[in-house]
Amino acid sequence: MGTQIFDIANIDIAWCPGCGNFPILKILKQAVAELGIEPTNLVMVSGIGQAAKIPHYFRTNVFNGLHGRALPAATAIKAANPALTVISESGDGDMYGEGGNHFLHTIRRNPDITNIVHNNMVYGLTKGQASPTSQKGFKTPVQVNGVFLEPFNPLAVAIALDASFVARCFAGDVEQTKEIIKKAIKHKGYALVDIFQPCLSFNKLNTYQWFKEHTYYLKDHDPFDRQQAFEKATQTDKLPLGIFYISQQKPTFEENIGTYQEKRTPLYKREPDMQKLSNLIDKFKILI
Amino acid sequence: MRNDLSIVLCGRAGQGIQTVEYLLTRIFKLAGYNVFATKEYMSRIRGGTNSTEIRISSGPVRASVSRIDILIPLNQGAVQHVEKRISPQTIILAEKESIGDDFDQSKHKFIDVPFTKTASEIGNKIYSNVVAVGTIAGLFGIGLQTVSEYVKKFFSAKSDDVVQKNLAAAKEGFNFGADLIDSAKIKYDIHNDTNIKDQILLSGTEAVALGAIAGGCNFISSYPMSPSTGVLAFLARQAKDFGIIAEQAEDEIAAMNMAIGAWYAGARAMVTTSGGGFALMTEGLSLTGMLESPIVIHLAQRPGPATGLPTRTEQADLELALYSGHGEFPRIVLTPGKIEDAFYLTQKAFNLADRYQVPVFILTDQYFVDSYYNTACLDLSDINIEKHIIKTGVDYKRYKLTANGISPRGIPGFGEGLVVVDSDEHDEAGHITEDLDLRTEMVDKRLKKLELLKDETIPPELVGPEDYKNLVVCWGSTYNILREAVKKLSRDDTAFLHFKQVYPLPNETSNYLQKAQRTIIVENNATSQFAKLIKLHTGIDIKDKILKYSGLSFYVEELTERLNDLLN
Repeated sequence: MGTQIFDIANIDIAWCPGCGNFPILKILKQAVAELGIEPTNLVMVSGIGQAAKIPHYFRTNVFNGLHGRALPAATAIKAANPALTVISESGDGDMYGEGGNHFLHTIRRNPDITNIVHNNMVYGLTKGQASPTSQKGFKTPVQVNGVFLEPFNPLAVAIALDASFVARCFAGDVEQTKEIIKKAIKHKGYALVDIFQPCLSFNKLNTYQWFKEHTYYLKDHDPFDRQQAFEKATQTDKLPLGIFYISQQKPTFEENIGTYQEKRTPLYKREPDMQKLSNLIDKFKILI
Repeated sequence: MRNDLSIVLCGRAGQGIQTVEYLLTRIFKLAGYNVFATKEYMSRIRGGTNSTEIRISSGPVRASVSRIDILIPLNQGAVQHVEKRISPQTIILAEKESIGDDFDQSKHKFIDVPFTKTASEIGNKIYSNVVAVGTIAGLFGIGLQTVSEYVKKFFSAKSDDVVQKNLAAAKEGFNFGADLIDSAKIKYDIHNDTNIKDQILLSGTEAVALGAIAGGCNFISSYPMSPSTGVLAFLARQAKDFGIIAEQAEDEIAAMNMAIGAWYAGARAMVTTSGGGFALMTEGLSLTGMLESPIVIHLAQRPGPATGLPTRTEQADLELALYSGHGEFPRIVLTPGKIEDAFYLTQKAFNLADRYQVPVFILTDQYFVDSYYNTACLDLSDINIEKHIIKTGVDYKRYKLTANGISPRGIPGFGEGLVVVDSDEHDEAGHITEDLDLRTEMVDKRLKKLELLKDETIPPELVGPEDYKNLVVCWGSTYNILREAVKKLSRDDTAFLHFKQVYPLPNETSNYLQKAQRTIIVENNATSQFAKLIKLHTGIDIKDKILKYSGLSFYVEELTERLNDLLN
């Protein structure tokens, strides 16, 4: 399958020239095309922010909801129809800041969705304030003396919660990022893919060059070793890329809720059993 | 002799008062009596003082009265807790030791019943609540066998020893009750009715939850909050039998966004919450406005602002339901008065939400959800689950501009088309736009649906003479209280008008109000929110107001008196 099937003609893309979102859009189209996922069977769920506009440049089903609220919606979409492939995609501010509580509990819930986070360590759409992942000392129009908050560490948090699949990549490396995203989509259960992405307009610190110099790919790493994964996730002098952690055989949310144990029929094709309801109502007659 | 008795049990949280209420309402129903029960309780798990009111009558009883005919206080302070409701006619069945020395028995009709002593002799004072159940049943001459069978059924999950001891407690209590009748210390004239056998005993919570199932609800996501949690718990218990996904979310924000996501993918979803939780959902409510997503919201009111009185009742979130959510978009607010209304309205809410792609509120309150009475069995014969989902074609556009404003709703994975929804202003295909002419068209399209909603409102119910001079106006849970109060007034010039849909305001409203020489509003809030709504939409100012905002619902007598004061 070619990627053209996911292209929308004549669109006005709102990203700045050279934005790290462009390679991610291209990578994502390639990944789903190579996996043979039909546009009609895919749902891209996003929140608000520059990254969260990505579904509008992607010919597929789209749920572009509220800032920070992509994950609850994505969870429910998958639960209502498990036959759909669901990708929840937003930026670091959306997913780790505004939606932080949903991030924690979606990991615990473990729906079979892919959570892609464009992590540029800055707020782009609101013009350059600190994000939860901004580095200490990063100066902005609001953090005028530099960020002094401890940067949020999404990978360490996810591994601490025994997330089903945890990976990090770099938007500057198309091939490896694509392979990781494909694995994340194929993985059964919640999969976090945090993507380092430069923001040319508002983050002059974490540039393409900076990411190249401060990252490396994990080698001889056992993703099933949680302790080792956690150790790698907390490393900050040089930031590792790759698949950090895969939790063994975790049941998904859709499996745990029991709704699909007997039949796989999505909710929209189901009708309530009125005879059962009638029997239930009869119980309120209180007869011994 | 009385043909309607009000029995109140009062004690600490943890003393088993809920068990007594549960057992007695069911035993009375089983024995064919008309029964009503409601409770008031403190926001704590142990201690405090809580009470439950059970009314037994020859005719239907469906509202709370202040009067107490028989009081069973189970702890120190219990009598004082309900002091304002006690009269010289109140019979107090109690054990002197358990209610303390502050209580002056010479001022009351006091009958010593050794609830705790008997329970202790059986094995543990924990059984005293079942001794009380037996005593009340004995007073009504309900067959001991009926009582025993029900008690046995209720405790069936417990060990044989516990079952036997509860049976012994019920039997001892039963004899006390029977003796009180034989010795004519208590007299009444209440008859049971064989027709009640076919009726059902239902609470407000159960009616909402059963209505949801009948509406095809297959997804509920919520966060626990009194007094709304019962609906979530009920649907969670029925999840397996009815294929319902019942999820406790991390917060109300997630709950609301999950429900919206579920509708998007073809589920029929609802949330249940109270004021503070709903406040968190309002961002999501606004999203339903922009996405044109259906949603059913059960909002069980309790007194605010903020945490307020978590276990009490109020009708003060009408304006919250009406005006919450940024931006302008249509909505429907339904306000059941009778318990059975809650079933039919919740059922209908799912169809309305789906047909018009709007949020539909079921606005109840603590008094409503926690009250029970027997009523005719729910009729499923006219129940239809209307689904308004279309199979999409290749060129499908989610927000196609149509004459009536409703764009056919597709869902992902059903058909050849793509379903794009966006919280930003969007074009017909659902994609983000800043075309300001299109923006205007989209606003008009969304608001056109409000015109359709205005044509399909549920008319208010007039109770009383058609040629009324005085019209009392109410909404929601006050229906049955007002019904009994207006009946007690026995005036042929006074009727009342109850709204089970308050928004859009039914078209008949003006005519009803204009016919009256005098109008009176009754609301369980401090600022007469519904009267304000009526004035806004009809220009009619209801000047006489009967309001209550103590955290309790109205009592029948209180409402009768306040109406009398105004009318005489």
